[in-house]
Amino acid sequence: MSYSPDTMAKRHRLAYDDAFGAVLLDPERDTPQGVIGPRGKAANKRFNVYRNNVTHGLVNALCEIFPAVTLILGEQNFRMIARDFLRARPPSSRLVFEYGHEFADFLAGFAPIQHLRYLPDVARLERAWLDAYHAADRTPLAPSALGAFAPERLATALFTPHPATKLIASDYAVHTIFMAHRKGPMPERINASVAEAALVTRPLLDVRVHKLDRGQFHFLQALCQGATLQKAASRALENHPSFDLSTAIALLIESGAFESCRSCSVTDEED
Amino acid sequence: MARESAVHSAIQRRFPAFDPAGRAGASFKPQHFDAIAADPASVGFVEVHAENYMGAGGPPHASLTEIRKVLPVSLHGVCMSIGGHNPIDREHLARFASLVERYEPFKISEHLAWSTHDDVFFNDLLPLPYTDETLARVCEHIDQVQNTIGRPVLLENPSTYILFCESEWAETDFLREIVKRTGCGLLLDINNVFVSATNHGYSATEYLADFPLQHVGEIHLAGHDEQEDDEGSPLLIDSHDRPVADPVWSLYEMVIDERGPIDTLVEWDSEVPDWPILRSEATAAEHILDRYRGRQQRMNRHVLQS
Repeated sequence: MSYSPDTMAKRHRLAYDDAFGAVLLDPERDTPQGVIGPRGKAANKRFNVYRNNVTHGLVNALCEIFPAVTLILGEQNFRMIARDFLRARPPSSRLVFEYGHEFADFLAGFAPIQHLRYLPDVARLERAWLDAYHAADRTPLAPSALGAFAPERLATALFTPHPATKLIASDYAVHTIFMAHRKGPMPERINASVAEAALVTRPLLDVRVHKLDRGQFHFLQALCQGATLQKAASRALENHPSFDLSTAIALLIESGAFESCRSCSVTDEED
Repeated sequence: MARESAVHSAIQRRFPAFDPAGRAGASFKPQHFDAIAADPASVGFVEVHAENYMGAGGPPHASLTEIRKVLPVSLHGVCMSIGGHNPIDREHLARFASLVERYEPFKISEHLAWSTHDDVFFNDLLPLPYTDETLARVCEHIDQVQNTIGRPVLLENPSTYILFCESEWAETDFLREIVKRTGCGLLLDINNVFVSATNHGYSATEYLADFPLQHVGEIHLAGHDEQEDDEGSPLLIDSHDRPVADPVWSLYEMVIDERGPIDTLVEWDSEVPDWPILRSEATAAEHILDRYRGRQQRMNRHVLQS
């Protein structure tokens, strides 16, 4: 395939964003050709303003999305890791508050911090917190909703999760670490090796983070996946023999984790 | 009358229509919500970055809804990537259009810049060369935006740190031609004019003399940082993290003297101060607007009487 000089010129001219895109996130690469200062003078420091803006802006965004991880690592360390992350996984969404869903996995694979095994789950919980913050508005399930069921039908109740609801289970004390760092430096020594699970909800405007025992986690997870109340309770008991159903139902209502419930129909049971 | 229109808007579930003509406003930051809600008359309008309100729900929409009940809001897009090579992202444009529908902004603006390329979002306003090809593409993108939202947009002049060898158009001519082809208006950012003029060694006054002021629907003012380029010459950075600089105020007064009062926004996006400090910047702009508004009214009276 050959190009006429005209087409070549056109291709060259339209390449400005290709040229920028290829080097903006890579400090080792040269300033793109055709980029100049006034009267044709050098533009390396000038071009680096864009590099700095892009990197600084996205690193700041990650600091804001992951404040507890920032505190745990120390801001300087966090910023170096965040910079590596954004070079490896730059954002594809134009909404900065959607950035960083892959950050927890990146931390898990980052060799120098392998000893902080709880850290990826803390990052997952922080990311879930921001997802809940921006989730769609829905009125949570009214406390009276369960009372509307005939007692013999209650076991067949199905629940629709509220859009803000997120569940996270960890082998580490993810809830305790998260709560301890959301309001400043860690106040006391935490035993990180206690397995914990967390439920994130936003019934109205405030995001809430509840600590769950193993049974409650499996109960709520089953309900979110479309199991009936009875099946969810069985699953919880299998995983956690001392599971207490009445406490879990109270949590289901008070946390605002669901937006509606209905009785299981024949078609639901076929599924 | 005020009560009637409030009742009407409650029934229609629509916001009040304000007329902030020739007033000064400020960037809206969530931390200033209480102060602004307690005294909305302290500022003429507020402006928001559209992308901050593109989540599905939650506190951002709740606070903007409350603010919109008491103040006019202008919607300022930062990520449409109008100056980019790639087509306009339809999903992003649809989100933008739904904000226009939801909040009934009195002004809508975007940038002569790009921020996304081949699915990577760079989160910055990046420059483009001014050529016949980029002109056609920018106009195509603006047509698409305006057709989708059903309203004209104001296009903002950029602050830039570099130039392109291949540029064939002066920025002011480029903007004038965009207005002619698309019917859009312009958002004149006077800090950007001063930053670019200093960085590229031309006169901000001459740039403004050549700027199609008759098409300006809004003015932006902001603070900038001072650094140095490769040769140690001043390189200004459009940082929006401090008060408006004195030379920018002088240029602003010159523009208002020439054109009369134009809705003016003081932007502050980083190192955001307490509300009284940001409000005092908007008040300073308002004083300049008032001075020329008074003069304009006296001149009108004089014309009528003579």
